[in-house]
Amino acid sequence: MCNWKGTDVKLIIAAIKPFKLEEVREALTTIGVRGMMVTEIKGFGSQSGHTEIYRGAEYAVNFVPKVRLEIVVADGLADQVVSTIQKTAKTDKIGDGKIFVLDVQHAVRVRTGETDDDAL
Amino acid sequence: MTMRFRRVGQGENLKMTSAIKYSGLTALAAGLTALPAWAQEAAGPIQNPSVEQMATMVDKGDTTWMLISSALVLMMSIPALALFYGGLARTKNMLSLLMQVFMIVSIAAIMWLAIGYSLAFTAGSPYVGGLSKAFLAGVGTGTYAATFSNNVYIPEYAFVIFQMTFACITPALIVGAFAERVKFWPLMLFVIGWSILAYYPIAHMVWFWAGPDFLVDFPADMGLLWGWGALDFAGGTVVHINAGIAGLIGCIVIGPRIGHNKEPMPPHSLTLTMVGASLLWVGWFGFNAGSNLESNGLAALAFLNTFVATAGAALSWCIVEQLRHGRPSLLGVVTGAVAGLVAITPASGFASPVGALCLGLIVSPICYIFVSTVKKALGYDDSLDVFGVHGVGGIVGAIGTGIVADPSLGGQGWLNYTVFPAVAGEYSMSGQIMTQIWAVGVTVLWTGIVSLVLFYVIKLVFGLRPTTEDERQGLDQTSHGESAYNM
Repeated sequence: MCNWKGTDVKLIIAAIKPFKLEEVREALTTIGVRGMMVTEIKGFGSQSGHTEIYRGAEYAVNFVPKVRLEIVVADGLADQVVSTIQKTAKTDKIGDGKIFVLDVQHAVRVRTGETDDDAL
Repeated sequence: MTMRFRRVGQGENLKMTSAIKYSGLTALAAGLTALPAWAQEAAGPIQNPSVEQMATMVDKGDTTWMLISSALVLMMSIPALALFYGGLARTKNMLSLLMQVFMIVSIAAIMWLAIGYSLAFTAGSPYVGGLSKAFLAGVGTGTYAATFSNNVYIPEYAFVIFQMTFACITPALIVGAFAERVKFWPLMLFVIGWSILAYYPIAHMVWFWAGPDFLVDFPADMGLLWGWGALDFAGGTVVHINAGIAGLIGCIVIGPRIGHNKEPMPPHSLTLTMVGASLLWVGWFGFNAGSNLESNGLAALAFLNTFVATAGAALSWCIVEQLRHGRPSLLGVVTGAVAGLVAITPASGFASPVGALCLGLIVSPICYIFVSTVKKALGYDDSLDVFGVHGVGGIVGAIGTGIVADPSLGGQGWLNYTVFPAVAGEYSMSGQIMTQIWAVGVTVLWTGIVSLVLFYVIKLVFGLRPTTEDERQGLDQTSHGESAYNM
């Protein structure tokens, strides 16, 4: 089926508090991360939303705004990326977010056609 | 023949205080100094002036002010009201509200030209005028409309335009009550029917009269509520109670939105709502100060009252929310401001600035109770609080006018036009409050019944409500095939 085998590339997905984004980006750049994808998302975890009041009517806002980072890095850097995000995005308060690490099957650089490690 | 122009409560103890005399004399003196030079030479104002004489009683300053005011009032509908309402709706219904308000203004303007002006402002019965000025027949650059001063006139076209803007905004106010769940064309039909059966008659009842130079000889030429002596400077009954009650009836007949009280329906853009509310405030200077029909001290008083009552109402809503919820909200403050604007409307030319401030401070807590508690308890879905703000605020303002207009509280009192030239009338606060309550009652009943019948007939014949699927998808796409935002 596939003409490629497992690579040594990891995908790290992190949901963090929006105001921590700049700090995290800076810290990751320092340790050698050369790119990331950022999306504004809403979600909930153990921090279960808040209430808003409009003309006396209370609404529970269940989905809280977060920022989702997707970072693809070589295997060797993955642990360091995870610990950097964890340390930087942490506020010690509920709702600091989650980090997930996944294996990447294949990576291609669109401009050159380079693959896997070389594509990063 | 002697007729009582003012209905005063029977058995009231009428006192002519020195304050009344004083305010009457100054009002009269102000009126006299406004006369053109030749009129003073001719020893006093002219009763029943001819059109040629009226032509010399027109002031360019007044005319300019009326034209500017008219433009300001149009701005209140579009974009102000449209943005105020649209921001409060959900994204998927934003455009439908902009569209409804825009088209109601357009249709109401055409109707005003065709029959509206004639039905509201020609002599007929005490309830409604006739069709003698349909399509503005007989109105030209050389015809004139009376003001509130003897021997002061404005071009009739200017009066037609100014009143047209009122006929445009009033039906547009209604749509907020059943926002996000009404079919477009049936709504337009309702607006046509309601203008004819509710707006023109009530405008006639409250505002039509022969004018200060003619009333003595044409005492029958006046609307019912004007004849009772109801005070409504700029349209508390005609505009706000009228629209507020129609909205309440509409939201009950149409029923609550899908998901009402189950899903959150927060405003999609309080930024636009704040822009709309602020433009409403600015436009309201034309609405209230323009209603004086002359550019003079009384217009300035109405302007000032419109400023301070609104500020007071914004502040008192802010304080109520701080006490109730621990935080003041922008939506609360702009809602309070609109409630203050509504409340000062009938009183704007009668109250003292301090009286206006008090009226503003009082109206917000009352509207807050209706918007946050009564609506919830009774379960009707007045989506954007047209009844809670315009209906309730209008009633508070209409009754409050009877209090703050009292010259003993610094108010302007009223002018007795059954004598020529007009003199200050004797003010009875309790009598006036009763008159105000009667006027509110007639307006509520009239517009309530007309709206109920109209909504039901249209519901049976055409249907008022979009399909469930269309409502869920949002009226922007299903009614108009567009989206408010393509980002």
